[in-house]
Amino acid sequence: MTREHLLGIDDLTADEVTTILDTAAGLADVAARPIKKVPVLRGRTVCNLFYEDSTRTRISFELAAKRLSADVLNFSARGSSVSKGESLKDTALTLEAMGVDAIVIRHSMSGAPRQLTRWVGAKVVNAGDGAHQHPTQALLDLYTIRAHLGRIEGLRVAVCGDIEHSRVARSLVQALTLLGAEVTLVGPPTLLPLHAATWGVTVSHDLDAVLPKLDVLYLLRVQSERMHRQHFPSAREYARIWGVDRDRMARLPEGAIVLHPGPMNRGVEVSADVADAHARVITDQVRNGIAVRMAVLYLLLGGEEAA
Amino acid sequence: MTARTFTGARVVDPASGTDKVANVTVEGGVVTEVGGAVHGERVDADGLVLAPGLVDLHTHLREPGRDDAETVASGTAAAAAGGFTAVCAMANTDPVCDHAGVVEQVLRLARDAGHADVFPVGAVTKGLAGDDLAEIGAMAAVGVRCFSDDGHPVRSARVMRRALAYARTWDAVIANHAEEASLTEDAQLNEGEVAGLLGLAGWPREAEEVMVARDLILAAGLGARLHVPHVSTRGTVDLVRAAKARGVRVTAEVTPHHLSLTDEAATGYDPVFKVNPPLRTADDVAAVRAGLADGTIDAVATDHAPHAPEQKEQEWGQAPCGMLGLETALAVTLTDLVDTGTVGLARALDALSTAPARSRDLAGHGGPIVAGAPATLVLFDPAATWTVDPAASRSRSRNTPFAGRRLRGRVVHTLLRGRFTFRDGQVV
Repeated sequence: MTREHLLGIDDLTADEVTTILDTAAGLADVAARPIKKVPVLRGRTVCNLFYEDSTRTRISFELAAKRLSADVLNFSARGSSVSKGESLKDTALTLEAMGVDAIVIRHSMSGAPRQLTRWVGAKVVNAGDGAHQHPTQALLDLYTIRAHLGRIEGLRVAVCGDIEHSRVARSLVQALTLLGAEVTLVGPPTLLPLHAATWGVTVSHDLDAVLPKLDVLYLLRVQSERMHRQHFPSAREYARIWGVDRDRMARLPEGAIVLHPGPMNRGVEVSADVADAHARVITDQVRNGIAVRMAVLYLLLGGEEAA
Repeated sequence: MTARTFTGARVVDPASGTDKVANVTVEGGVVTEVGGAVHGERVDADGLVLAPGLVDLHTHLREPGRDDAETVASGTAAAAAGGFTAVCAMANTDPVCDHAGVVEQVLRLARDAGHADVFPVGAVTKGLAGDDLAEIGAMAAVGVRCFSDDGHPVRSARVMRRALAYARTWDAVIANHAEEASLTEDAQLNEGEVAGLLGLAGWPREAEEVMVARDLILAAGLGARLHVPHVSTRGTVDLVRAAKARGVRVTAEVTPHHLSLTDEAATGYDPVFKVNPPLRTADDVAAVRAGLADGTIDAVATDHAPHAPEQKEQEWGQAPCGMLGLETALAVTLTDLVDTGTVGLARALDALSTAPARSRDLAGHGGPIVAGAPATLVLFDPAATWTVDPAASRSRSRNTPFAGRRLRGRVVHTLLRGRFTFRDGQVV
């Protein structure tokens, strides 16, 4: 991969996505070794710059970098000079002066990773920005789907829930359509982007009609904040119309899988029994996340000679 | 003051319907002869266009309060460099221009600088808070002709209706920032395909249009004067066009950036393209251009909004809205509207000078260029092309969305009542 940065799935070609997934498959067995480390990024420094709380994504990136033998800095907006009002630009210049090789950034505002690239020479990896992109999440989802179903092309995938405010949805839809899956977005119109039709997907408000034709059902977290902003009237009503319980699960074809990026709202988008029944795929997502992030860091940083 | 004759210029004066090559003689602050012989000093204006000085209905001079971003002196220097002889300074200063004291302070700063006439716009409500009317009468008494809580829509229909009615005492204009705020909470970019892809919260056109519709209905019922600032959507153009056809006393303006840029400019998340109302789509650009061409939209107004660099070098979601405009308005209009055949040169200059001057009753501005009228003029080279360089701006700020753009039309001289405020490319 010749990319400077990984900011979004829309930066990638289908071949690059496949390369990342194949590289992740090769790196996955590092976790099975007695010494879970390879020396490919020895002497390189990766900084996790997190402006938003995210324990699982940060730990996943941290483990990925450490398993490649990179040095890892964790820089969180809380407890650093950021909370004293330092700008993103000044923080970027500071990290640049410290000589970090890659910056993994999570930010509540869309576009912050792109802006960061203007001020640093380091490689920038987007670990989630606002409602924009979360590319490594989409890559690990594709990896997981491929591991279970053997392919992406031609699969029928529904993404259900709060698409409008979801960076996961934007990355995932782009990655799936790039590799030839047929995607349907499902949810109330208040949570679907007005121009979703231009994304090369089908839009539906009727989950029950969509379920029988699926290979993959991808559920998105529905935040209670949306309810307070009148996107839907109550969690109970949402669960009744767009939530997945045992009865709805019975409408899925044999062999179909259910994914969720976590953390789940049990009783809203997914019932507790369905969550437990599909726990294996969902924990696979977590495990695969480390391998995919190792692949991304390796492909971005491994091409150059370590100092 | 001795006589001075500009020779060989193409005189384009929308106020008198003139478009001819003629000598123009200026003496004692006024035009003394058009089309006569050379008197006094000869200034070669061969190949230049000579027109009434430009008039901006919508300028943020930031003083008092944010003199790090702009001052009355720096903003009016930028105005002179852009060919403007009059700017209407918006009220969202600190303290707010909601009483005669701030009006007089801005007028004094403008007189001291001497680069352009400044017409302060007074606030509609105290502190721009939307609750209690500001002392409109006291401000009218020191010359204020227009009132606006710019950037802060007058939310309450009752307050807006009262303001429109009360201002009729002086036949003053109320300009309401058209934004239904409950539809733009967290909004970052025009609601559409681009915002959808960028993950930026959508800023619906409807937020502008429902407010314009409300204000047009209120103004119509009272026979009051309403001004619609920075029209940005096709729907607003349609509303204003229909209202004018019914005889509503409404005027409207459009900014150079809404005439030339679309939301596609935001794809790199550079907050220099963040503005309120947001950049819209190509369809909206086509509609505001057509509205300007057919007179639905009276004026091109800059909404010149300087911001200090550290304000704009932030995350898109945190950066303030606003763009510079004074030094590029004429060239953007010539390049994107006249060169594209959307409007003729005479209508372009009407929209930049005569029409806005008339809409605020700004005597002495906007022409006509006839013997006895104030020599308040711009001379520009319509053939010269130049590249916008933010570092060269006379503004204290650098937030132009046109950086690096090649534009046609360069201001050579600006005169305010016979005196150069900009001469041979230099602020005087």
